[in-house]
Amino acid sequence: MEKRVVFKSAWLPYVLLLPQITITVLFFFWPAAQAVYYSFQIQDAFGITSQFVWFRNYVDLFKDSHYLSSFRVTAFFSVMVATSGILISLLLATMADSIVRGALAYKTFLIWPYAVAPAVAGVLWAFIFAPSIGIVTYFLKQLGVDWNWIINSEQAMLLVVVASVWKQISYNFLFFLAGLQSIPKSLLEAAAIDGAGPFRRFWTIVFPLLSPTTFFLLVMNIIYSFFDTFGVIDATTEGGPGDATKILVYKVYYDGVKAADLGGSSAQSVILMIIVVSLTVIQFRYIERRVQY
Amino acid sequence: MVENRPVRDFLAHAVLIGGVALVAFPLWVTFVASTLTFDQIVSVPMPLWPGDQFLHNYTQVLTAGSEKGSSAPVSTMLLNSLIMALSIALGKIAISILSAFAIVYFRFPGRSFFFWSVFVTLMLPVEVRIIPTFKVAADLGILNSHVGLALPLIASATATFLFRQFFMTIPDELAEAARIDGAGPARFFIDVVLPLSKTHMAALFVILFIYGWNQYLWPLLITTSESMYTVVIGIKRMIAGGDASNEWHLIMATAMLAMLPPALVVMLMQKWFVKGLVETEK
Repeated sequence: MEKRVVFKSAWLPYVLLLPQITITVLFFFWPAAQAVYYSFQIQDAFGITSQFVWFRNYVDLFKDSHYLSSFRVTAFFSVMVATSGILISLLLATMADSIVRGALAYKTFLIWPYAVAPAVAGVLWAFIFAPSIGIVTYFLKQLGVDWNWIINSEQAMLLVVVASVWKQISYNFLFFLAGLQSIPKSLLEAAAIDGAGPFRRFWTIVFPLLSPTTFFLLVMNIIYSFFDTFGVIDATTEGGPGDATKILVYKVYYDGVKAADLGGSSAQSVILMIIVVSLTVIQFRYIERRVQY
Repeated sequence: MVENRPVRDFLAHAVLIGGVALVAFPLWVTFVASTLTFDQIVSVPMPLWPGDQFLHNYTQVLTAGSEKGSSAPVSTMLLNSLIMALSIALGKIAISILSAFAIVYFRFPGRSFFFWSVFVTLMLPVEVRIIPTFKVAADLGILNSHVGLALPLIASATATFLFRQFFMTIPDELAEAARIDGAGPARFFIDVVLPLSKTHMAALFVILFIYGWNQYLWPLLITTSESMYTVVIGIKRMIAGGDASNEWHLIMATAMLAMLPPALVVMLMQKWFVKGLVETEK
């Protein structure tokens, strides 16, 4: 799509683009290129000398059981966050779409967690589930559950999943609600006249028509759980206990900033970049196709 | 709805009330904890009804920070967060609307090259280029400054796209008429494009304000002095000790203060928020 009417100027467009391009080059392209460059190097402990080692950092990474376990942790974490977030939000959105009165009030009270920073969400849930003083911990103890996410890996994972899902419900809910509202009511009425009950209508009409939204949300939730959940994890488990909640992004940060392993951390960054690029391509491919649905 | 079924309606309300309660439960516990004394919180189980320390706890964190750990007042942190969120939101909108205008209303060599290079930034979140970006900021001498908090984050592919999409829908007749009347690009931009873009700017502002306010990794890297902490970083720094030694009453008061501004923006500007969310993700 092009404009028929355009202005003519040899210099003005460049001036208008200058701020955006300067920041992009300075803080995006140059650092990304540096990350690729560092990933082929090994530095000594003080960062004074460095040696070009081709793909050794990458080879080392894939031999490193900690890195491979971080992949498994990330995969498990993102599948948990995406599926539970989507299921809960779909249930709430379906209910909100079916009622006549009060939908707006429910919506208002369901969307605010979107505004909470991931790190703050982590702190809230860590407090509620705190091993010695948490209120939910207390109730769990009454039920006979021994809860301590600081030493128990599964419970630590559960905590970060719950905090991450809680924050993401509002986002999924809004997209599902918009999707539901765009389904023509006449379809549902026709099905009802033919004798289809609410569940039947949901599975044969609503769910298939929502599938583009669901797929979009799946991709967005995976991206969210790969990157934005950094704050949740840093404010709660810090990747622990052991490596139980050390997702890829947290490991890049930990190895680069805390353990000062520049080469290894940069190689991990490059691998992450490849993952983001593929996720973005999937997302755009799909959006092109969505039009023909 | 299709049928009239009181039972189903009742069920729907029950599920929604359950959902709202589940979503609000952490907020309630946080609020209650922020009105209690430290001793009340650590005496398990803590009360679930607000205490009388509201004024004391909030005055304490706003003016003097925590009692044992960091003594940076939360009011400074809130100000830092506000400056950061506003500069990111307004900065992104400003530079994106200019670049979108250049890309849509001019033909010039390198046009699609520039467009695609802005597009590619979508694929380079801070998380994948942590250390090199930190080095650039260090070389520019903008660590521990408001400029350093905001500037590296104000390039925006999504905002540029949104404005570009929108400019495409502005009728050509408007630009033609402006040209016949002798208006140059600057006049056209100020008198036609800007007023037409108001709703898009409002919607973007809500999304970007929240994005800026909630930044975590970048401020964590570049702020080392307490006077530059944003409130989200401040909370993290207050959780130093173990479970029972953290000053939870003050941490929870700070958490309430950290959530309040963006939550208010979302709830009061709900219409713009929903529009912004749906359109930026397209």
